[in-house]
Amino acid sequence: MTLTEVREVSGQAGDFTVRLLEHPRYVDMDKCIACGECARKCPKKVDDEYNQGLGKRKAIYVKYPQAVPLKYQIDPENCIYLKNRKCGACVQACPAGAIDFNQKPREKTVRVGSMILTPGLKPFDPAGIRTWGYDVFPNVITSLELERYLSVSGPTEGRLARPSDGRPVKRMAFLQCVGSRDLNKAGHGYCSGVCCMYALKEAMIAKDHEPDLDVSIFFVDMRTHGKDFERYYNRAKEAGVKFRRCRVHSLEPAEQNGGVYLRYITDRGKQVGAEYDLVVLSVGLETPPSAAELAGRCKVGLNQNLFAERGGFQPVQAKGRPGMFVSGAFAGPHDIPQSVTEASAAAAAASLPLARVRHSLTREKRFPPERDVRGEEPRVGVFVCHCGNNIAGVIDVEELAAYAAKLPKVAHVERNLFTCSQDTQELLKKTIQEQSLNRIVVAACTPRTHEPLFKETLKASGLNENLLDMANIRNQGSWVHQAEPEKATEKAKDLVRMSVAKVALLTPAPPLTVEVKQSALVVGGGLAGLVSAHGLAEMGYPVHLVELTSRLGGSALHLYQTWRGEPVEGKLDSIIRKVTSHPLITVHLNSKVSGAEGFVGNFLSTIQGPQGETQVEHGVGIMAVGGRAHKPGEYGYGEHRRVFTALEFDKLHTLGDSRVRGGKTFVFIQCVGSREPERPYCSRVCCTHSVQAAIELKEQDPTRKVFILYRDIRTYGQREEVYRRAREAGVVFINYDMHEKPRLRLDNPDMVEVLVWDHVLHEPFRIPTDVLILATAIVPNDLNKELARIYKLPVDADGFLQEAHAKLRPVDFATDGLFLAGLAHYPKPVEETVTQAQAAMARAATVLAKTRIDLDSIKARVIEERCDGCALCVDVCPYHAITLEEVQGEPGRKLVRIEAAKCKGCGCCQATCPKLGVEVAGFTYEQLASQVAAALA
Amino acid sequence: MSQEMIGAVMVVGGGIAGMQAALDLADGGYYVYLVERSGAIGGAMAQLDKTFPTNDCSM
Repeated sequence: MTLTEVREVSGQAGDFTVRLLEHPRYVDMDKCIACGECARKCPKKVDDEYNQGLGKRKAIYVKYPQAVPLKYQIDPENCIYLKNRKCGACVQACPAGAIDFNQKPREKTVRVGSMILTPGLKPFDPAGIRTWGYDVFPNVITSLELERYLSVSGPTEGRLARPSDGRPVKRMAFLQCVGSRDLNKAGHGYCSGVCCMYALKEAMIAKDHEPDLDVSIFFVDMRTHGKDFERYYNRAKEAGVKFRRCRVHSLEPAEQNGGVYLRYITDRGKQVGAEYDLVVLSVGLETPPSAAELAGRCKVGLNQNLFAERGGFQPVQAKGRPGMFVSGAFAGPHDIPQSVTEASAAAAAASLPLARVRHSLTREKRFPPERDVRGEEPRVGVFVCHCGNNIAGVIDVEELAAYAAKLPKVAHVERNLFTCSQDTQELLKKTIQEQSLNRIVVAACTPRTHEPLFKETLKASGLNENLLDMANIRNQGSWVHQAEPEKATEKAKDLVRMSVAKVALLTPAPPLTVEVKQSALVVGGGLAGLVSAHGLAEMGYPVHLVELTSRLGGSALHLYQTWRGEPVEGKLDSIIRKVTSHPLITVHLNSKVSGAEGFVGNFLSTIQGPQGETQVEHGVGIMAVGGRAHKPGEYGYGEHRRVFTALEFDKLHTLGDSRVRGGKTFVFIQCVGSREPERPYCSRVCCTHSVQAAIELKEQDPTRKVFILYRDIRTYGQREEVYRRAREAGVVFINYDMHEKPRLRLDNPDMVEVLVWDHVLHEPFRIPTDVLILATAIVPNDLNKELARIYKLPVDADGFLQEAHAKLRPVDFATDGLFLAGLAHYPKPVEETVTQAQAAMARAATVLAKTRIDLDSIKARVIEERCDGCALCVDVCPYHAITLEEVQGEPGRKLVRIEAAKCKGCGCCQATCPKLGVEVAGFTYEQLASQVAAALA
Repeated sequence: MSQEMIGAVMVVGGGIAGMQAALDLADGGYYVYLVERSGAIGGAMAQLDKTFPTNDCSM
């Protein structure tokens, strides 16, 4: 439901009634074919929000070319007709008669069981704040504007130019923390959490565009605390991006050339000035007013930062509002992986109370029975797409269609303005049935995006979905050969001829479905494992929970509070009790998984326990084997009785050990074992933990001296609050460099002497210390490697389990049916572990919700006469779908066997096989040869 | 519980988080109303050029 707002919510969890208001689009969605004629004729130009106002759009427009739904809309604020009833150029232009000025706002009321609020973010607006000179100097832009300049779909088509005069940019500076960590100018105390990384990314991409570009990033702390972020930071340093730790205090116009002059003080205290062509403000995130309004209408509480109130153990539940859930930038300043993880977690949390009524309102798609085309002569239908002007603007589609009609076996040809539009699907269906077509060629765009749509249409018309081929005359034709229309038309003919040759040889492949065992295996009984096991059991699925030790709880057993100060112990006890008493959960203590086979829906794992081996069948698996604290080999650890790791210190602190109780001077050293060459990642939780512990030490006795020696303080997001409180409490923060680590003297058993370079006094600083606390790294468990071997999962260079996609599939593995959560994935605090566990549970539930799942029928097949068992294909298969097996009754003869459920039809095996002994349906040797022959014809 | 329960969920906001939540819910067997203020879904991520660490196209 687009252009729609929530007006009012009544009712309670399980049964909300929501009143919605749909604003008029003034374009009939069913009729609009998104050809763009209306916008070409519209006389009214408007600043384009999508390009941050850097370009123009019309009063009738689509937000961006790939918009979903791809339907035009009229902006009533700018439309000349809607303002004063003159114009109507679009009505004249529209070939589909889709413009409807009579549309009125419409009210709708719907009933739902839960609600998830994800209204998103607004970039901070630096206008009006003199320090940054944003609306004063034309060559000061925001990071989002730079993002649009760097994009080929942006106003300069990816060319980096000075906005003032269009001259190339030679020197560029990023100013970090604009609108973040700044109560004075911006009113935002929090860290936006994403700007350091996007500045790095934009710097790197800008350097890709312009290799000689000189880029400096002016920062306070570089916060690259996410998975693989530190590596990216290191790569940027190697690529020559300069990093300057300081806040720039003023911007002035340069004397000539229209550049901007920056004045700043280096970390050695020197005042410096430099000129830049372009200054980029790395603006933070904030909650837009519309989101705050939505929160009001839904009675969801916001905190002082205007983010949704929530707790560490129910991180996606709106605090005090059952049935309402939050995620994304509305829940806090989060990056994409965190937002996606939270979204899945919210889906799990929102559906959990509704488990009883699952499937009550959904229905499965039904298709007519398949027509058997075997034995029929091929009757090929060719559908040539204009793609608006995208194809037809370059390629002579009429000529192409006429050419296609003369090709052998072609029974029908037609052209469509948009072959992919909804109404064309109906047309296609009718044509296929009326003309008894049995092979279909769509000459349009890429199968990557559109093949699934046309496959559905084939199914709906009673044809097997595999009797389709797409000739990509747009991406491989009109787009790349725009300047040579005749040649592009010739190439399109070649592509269509090849496609027709191939499609005639395609055979129907039966749809593959597999049964789904309605149960789960969770490996690891820490917080992540407990949360996901309990959730899945509450959804009604039996769960086997496997824990290596004799006790549930994992690393969380050593934690005593979250960053918000919520006690961990009670919550952990309560979830352990719920898990151990749940009738659907079988807990296997002192156990581990020793072997596994199978595939999504049908895994069979062997659990090795004190009573021997047990085999369990399960449809899905969640890997949550946790991590552990690094034991350092430096800073006198293990040698001196006053040196502890952070977790050890917490214990002594809670127990009231005399060294802590009587201590007057405390020093924390950060990044012990993290961000080192052998462990180039940030452990994410240690800064916040040390800062919190420092505050407590100060609160207990304000005369204590507490020092934190750090490289970058990474109290990301709303944790920045804790950092500010520590500074207010008088905790002293001293920055140290990797190359100038703090040094110790350990000869006095009652005191540790710490020596560190002081950047304010510019001399070494000596701290006689009662207790030295080492903020040690979180390292992966060795179990990760074992699990990786058993389930054939990837492990990253640091030993953490590797998800399928860092951004879009953060809790999935590439192997279907297996998911991950917790420290096994990367260091993270309690609330993020809970979120990830809930997300894994939601993703697992999408598999378990079905009793059978459909598999893609494009699979590899062994040609037994040709396979000689050399097994080269076994190693190249990325999905571990191929095994080498002895042929029964023929000792010594081996053949490869392909597990269809695991095969994804990628074709690596086919490309590797020296004997032409394996081929993928739809890409057989015969079919490929026919295409090559057609290409050369 | 005797109270009637509705097997549908409303997701307000069609950005990357809203879309992911809607997909997971629909795949999990719930009817989803995805409500978006503007004319198209996609949210802030659609404005990004590329995403790190792989510099994949954001679209």
